[in-house]
Amino acid sequence: MKGGKSGLAAILPFLWLALFFAFPFLLVAKLSFSDTALAMPPYAPRIDWSQGLAGLQAFFAALDGETYARLTRDRLYLDAYLSSLRIAATGTGLLLLIGYPLAYGISRCPPAVRQALVMAVILPFWTSFLIRIYAWIAILKPAGILNAALGALGLPPVDILNTETAVLLGLVYAYLPFMVLPLYAVLEKQDESLIEAAQDLGATPLQAFWRVTFPLSLPGAAAGALLCFIPMAGEFVIPDLLGGSETLMLGRVIWTEFFANRDWPAASAVAIVLLATLVVPILLFEREQGKVLR
Amino acid sequence: MDPGADGALNCRTPSPRPQIGGVRSSFAPWEDPAARPLVRFDGVSKAFGDTVAVKAVDLSIYEGEFFALLGPSGCGKTTLMRMLAGFESPDAGRIMLEGRDIQADPPHRRPVHMMFQAYALFPHLNVAQNIGFGLRRQGMAKAEIAGRVEEMLALVKLEGLGGRRPDQLSGGQRQRVALARALAPRPRILLLDEPMAALDKKLREETQFELMSLQQSLGMTFMIVTHDQDEAMVVADRIAVMREGRIVQAGRPAEIYEAPADRYVAGFIGDVNLFEGRVSAAEGPLLRLQAGDDRFDAEGAAAVGDQVWLAVRPEKIAIHLDPPADPRNRLAGKILDYGYLGDWTTYLVEVAPGRTIRAARANTTRAVDRPLGCGDPVWLTFAPSSAVVLTK
Ligand SMILES: Nc1ncnc2c1ncn2[C@@H]1O[C@H](COP(=O)(O)OP(=O)(O)O)[C@@H](O)[C@H]1O
Ligand SMILES: [Mg+2]
Repeated sequence: MKGGKSGLAAILPFLWLALFFAFPFLLVAKLSFSDTALAMPPYAPRIDWSQGLAGLQAFFAALDGETYARLTRDRLYLDAYLSSLRIAATGTGLLLLIGYPLAYGISRCPPAVRQALVMAVILPFWTSFLIRIYAWIAILKPAGILNAALGALGLPPVDILNTETAVLLGLVYAYLPFMVLPLYAVLEKQDESLIEAAQDLGATPLQAFWRVTFPLSLPGAAAGALLCFIPMAGEFVIPDLLGGSETLMLGRVIWTEFFANRDWPAASAVAIVLLATLVVPILLFEREQGKVLR
Repeated sequence: MDPGADGALNCRTPSPRPQIGGVRSSFAPWEDPAARPLVRFDGVSKAFGDTVAVKAVDLSIYEGEFFALLGPSGCGKTTLMRMLAGFESPDAGRIMLEGRDIQADPPHRRPVHMMFQAYALFPHLNVAQNIGFGLRRQGMAKAEIAGRVEEMLALVKLEGLGGRRPDQLSGGQRQRVALARALAPRPRILLLDEPMAALDKKLREETQFELMSLQQSLGMTFMIVTHDQDEAMVVADRIAVMREGRIVQAGRPAEIYEAPADRYVAGFIGDVNLFEGRVSAAEGPLLRLQAGDDRFDAEGAAAVGDQVWLAVRPEKIAIHLDPPADPRNRLAGKILDYGYLGDWTTYLVEVAPGRTIRAARANTTRAVDRPLGCGDPVWLTFAPSSAVVLTK
């Protein structure tokens, strides 16, 4: 590429990726091929720089896939992995079900109202994430606001704190803006005359929606689904605070391995596996986006 | 037609001159009191907040007609059309289709299809699916749809492009797809909202003639909206001129051009010279007008003493190098500028300080032989029957 400025601008994203993605990724990958050790930091091998090239060779020779083998031997990891994907998928499905009508409704409002509603969707971000999740504890706990409300209505109380239901509630609540905003973006810029053309050609309003609005909004749905699914699969705070001990998710497994078991290689291996499996949907999404842009 | 629209400047590209009026001079259902209109607007009005878009419009459109709504941008043409398609509902009045009030019908139940100004092709469907959209909604069988789509593709000369996406087509091709899509379900009337606005001049002229032959071969009723007077003149059997939400005049292109109802229509369609004056005497159909120091004779209907405007088209004014013997309808002046248009030349003649007249002359001999040039003294004359007396 010619021209220093545009060259630098083109390289910047790669520099960014190298510094904040590739380098940490390599560190974690290296860790995942190490073994636990009673040392500080608690893993081996480490590069012995005083030996020079020989030290480096010794280091690489000591790396092995033993940790990954360990992951396959213990059902816990597989269970946590599957359960993470299941919870993230359920959450994404719920978010689509709730977010789509919301985004569609906002996009049909008069422009001035639209802005206010989009603002309202983003507004919760102005409060600390942790405080909002703690608020859910106050709502869901046995003697909390939810049961008080149910009692006032003469309904039996529910005990959902520390269950998967509570985790899903928290996930849907926390990730809703990430679903609504991309959906809203595609729905809002959709050409009104396309709907009119469909109706003009004999489509009922419902048919016009299914044949025109909906298919044209799919890129937004895909973007929202990925924006939610990927971080939800690795989510730690919400399952930790709302899920109790029975909710098995990889985020918590990684935390436990790192901080409770001091098993850094296992934690790293789990993180690498999660990342590798999430790369697949990202690539699928990229391909889909490419098609839309073409 | 309209020889002076391009102004009296040199360095103009010549424009081909379309013929006046429709080809089918015998086709005139609107003159037949027994004919039932296909579409009838009956005192239709529509306002958006304080903006009155359409005001008390009465209009009948007949089966097989190519009808043009002509007017400047913002005069309410699109609104009138959208009310017929069902996208706006009138504040007052009724719209009848084949004698039935269609007010209660939603757009998808009206056998009226619209070709949208920006085409509104479905970007996620290919050309064949776009054209078949209306057919599928009618519940037509798959095989039959495929056949009709092929037929439509052939009709608009897009054979073999059925698998393309709209964004893989040129502007002209997209326009044809939009046309085919609106035509495919055989609407009772096809509405075209500025269908050629996005095409370049040459393609536009081609498309105008194609639309005309399409409309005649299909025997369908077309209603076109345009702000381009040339376009309306070329394609339409009948033109309705709109101004600020009202229909000022409706009639054949030649009627509108040769017998405009008022100064607005006279000035909007083509070019016109206006002389303001008073009727000083009347002898049968012949009126004598006093316009400042000039006196004119013209045929028309007005009473002695009325204020009137004499409208004379540039091409009806003859240019002479020597003073004509007949002193009636004669003006002396000198050529200020001229615009060479190939087949015609428009001359701007100054007859008094600050007062200019446009006169047009067919270039029947080659331009290099033209004896007229800037500054030349000339005489202008016109026949009493060539001028129109307007009372408003
Ligand atoms: N949906 C609308 N809301 C408010 N004003 C409108 C709307 N549609 C049209 N108008 C106004 O009505 C007038 C006529 O518009 P339109 O029918 O589009 O004119 P045209 O097609 O002749 O250019 C314009 O002043 C326009 O601004
Ligand atoms: Mg318009």
